[in-house]
Amino acid sequence: MNESLFLFSIATTLLYSVGTVGYLIYVVRTELVIHRIAYGFLLAGFLSHSLGLALLIGQIKQLPVTTLPQSFSLFAWAIVGSYLAFQLKFNIRVLGTFVSPLAVIFMILSSAIPGRIIPDSQLFKSFWLTLHVTTIFIGNAIFALAFCAGIMYLLQERQIKTKSFGLLYRRLPSLETLDSLNYVCLTFGFPLITIGLISGFIYAGAVLHSFWHWDPKEILAVLTWLIYAVLLHERLAVGWRGRRAAIMAIIGFSIILVTFVGASLILKGHHSFKFV
Amino acid sequence: MDRIVLIGLNHKTAPVEIRERFNVVCVDSKGPLSDLALIRSLRESFYLSTCNRMEVLFTTPRLDEGISAVVGLLAQIYGQTGAALKPYLYTYIDQDAVKHLFRVACSLDSMVVGEPQILGQIKDAYRQATEAKASGVILNRLLHKSFSVAKRVRTETRIGSSAVSISYAAVELAKKIFGELQGKIALLIGAGEMAELAAEHLLNNGVERIVIANRTLERAMALAKRFKGVTVPWEELLEELRKTDIIISSTGSSEPILTSKQVRKRMRARRNRPLFFIDIAVPRDIDPDVNHIDNVYLYNIDDLQGIIEVNRAERIKEAGRAEHIIAAEALKFDAWLRTLEVVPTIVSLREKAEQIREVEVQKTVSQLDSLSKGEIEAIHVLTQSVVRKLLHDPILFLKRISTRSRKDFYLDVARKLFHLDEDQPETEEGEDQLSLDSDKAS
Repeated sequence: MNESLFLFSIATTLLYSVGTVGYLIYVVRTELVIHRIAYGFLLAGFLSHSLGLALLIGQIKQLPVTTLPQSFSLFAWAIVGSYLAFQLKFNIRVLGTFVSPLAVIFMILSSAIPGRIIPDSQLFKSFWLTLHVTTIFIGNAIFALAFCAGIMYLLQERQIKTKSFGLLYRRLPSLETLDSLNYVCLTFGFPLITIGLISGFIYAGAVLHSFWHWDPKEILAVLTWLIYAVLLHERLAVGWRGRRAAIMAIIGFSIILVTFVGASLILKGHHSFKFV
Repeated sequence: MDRIVLIGLNHKTAPVEIRERFNVVCVDSKGPLSDLALIRSLRESFYLSTCNRMEVLFTTPRLDEGISAVVGLLAQIYGQTGAALKPYLYTYIDQDAVKHLFRVACSLDSMVVGEPQILGQIKDAYRQATEAKASGVILNRLLHKSFSVAKRVRTETRIGSSAVSISYAAVELAKKIFGELQGKIALLIGAGEMAELAAEHLLNNGVERIVIANRTLERAMALAKRFKGVTVPWEELLEELRKTDIIISSTGSSEPILTSKQVRKRMRARRNRPLFFIDIAVPRDIDPDVNHIDNVYLYNIDDLQGIIEVNRAERIKEAGRAEHIIAAEALKFDAWLRTLEVVPTIVSLREKAEQIREVEVQKTVSQLDSLSKGEIEAIHVLTQSVVRKLLHDPILFLKRISTRSRKDFYLDVARKLFHLDEDQPETEEGEDQLSLDSDKAS
């Protein structure tokens, strides 16, 4: 059983990598057929990834977030999934060039980091925990898209402001498109992480008998939530947009990365994959 | 012999207030053509007025008298004394006048070198001149020549490509900022060939509406009519910043008309929606610091020119090639002009007849071996007298024409009738007429 899981993981990583290479070629050549092939590889990778995850869930009978490698893999899956969906809806093809490497990095991290198998525990079988993990992962994946859109915005804006145009000027979409992508991600991602935080507190209250533990991950998560809350508020209230919104999205996701990778590896606490 | 004179002013010699004045006075009426016709020392005249220039082209047998009469008329239009107007005017005579007209027609003298509108404007002005019967043999020829020179310059050099691509680049940039241009509003401040070209391009690319702000209401109304837009009072310019998305500015103001502070203050009211400034004016209309404001993008004409691949050195080179063509064509025109004298025409008429006679006699004589010397001599005498008698009346007619304008006309006809100018195609007149009409359609 573990062998087939391993094969799925390898296949997924390979498919994502080929898709990423395709997207990098697409930036240079901008031929529609190249994009279609790259998208196909990502989609194939996503299907193989989904199958692998389904097998894993069937095996461990809980969401695959008990070890850091599992979490990374799940996060890569969420990123690719949300990109594939966004691409269908918004058709910003070059976004794939920025998003797909992220997925590959998380897949490689996932297989490079040794994960201890954590004994099956009743602690992990709760509706609140499932809700918490699902919403947080999808919300963060959508913020990853906003992060990429933010980088793309800054690159494009810089070229237009400084009046020096490179290869990317023609490739990148308009500032307006990138900014509205940022906004759309915010309107999807923010409710999701809000639900994620609340369900997390409820779960903690029920299982650990206290809503708040001054756990580093908790603090950073609330900080992230505040950043996105400010961004959303300013956008709606005074029409913040463009560069500031892009920078906020980049900062927000950077904190998510620190929370997710950094805090899990270095800091201690009940989110660190080291307790129990 | 009549002299060709060109008196005018343009964006380099006169500030916008004076240019606009001429433009407004002449925009509704047929211009001062009828008044020019009243000046007795003038034989032919042509009047051109655009927002960047005013040119009066005329021929006169009495140079000083003609010039002072025209300056006097212009001063009258301007509502000033001739002395007050004179610093803004330039005067070119003969070859220089011809060259200047060619340069204008080729758009070498335009604010944005290579912009294509000026040729159409000259054609319109020429049509008015012919309708008013103000132009005659010399100016007709000169104007037609200027069209063909402009055409030649456009096809043989890349001078025209830069202006069109500038407004193309502006539209491309707007698309990179706004995505779709549908529903966007463009504000046109001031006017000018390039600004209007850019506005037209934006309109063709989906911009919903053009709003026009101009210090002169008449001018604003004329532009509004052209772009099917609306006008706003000059004083409400700043308020318009709240609604508009793209601003094309091209006033002749010596001071910036929009400061960074003024724009910054209005960004909150427009909820930071992007603003794209295209500053075509020289000196600049928009404070360069505007570009530092978030969501505000400022491009001036040099920036736009920098985008397109035709670089400065290449533009100078292309302009040099155009100047060369113009100089050559001006010389050709001068050569033609000199043929309008009676004596050279008679001489070339006789030469041509003699040439034909000799060739034909030689042909006959070489076929008839039995002819004696005396008989050959008789044939020569016979043919010579036929030619002389045949040419006698036309030559006498040409010598006797008394008035100058009639003489020009008949000399021109005679040269065409006998095809005395080898380099001129015989159907030129007809072709020119055709090209005039086809350009009207385009």
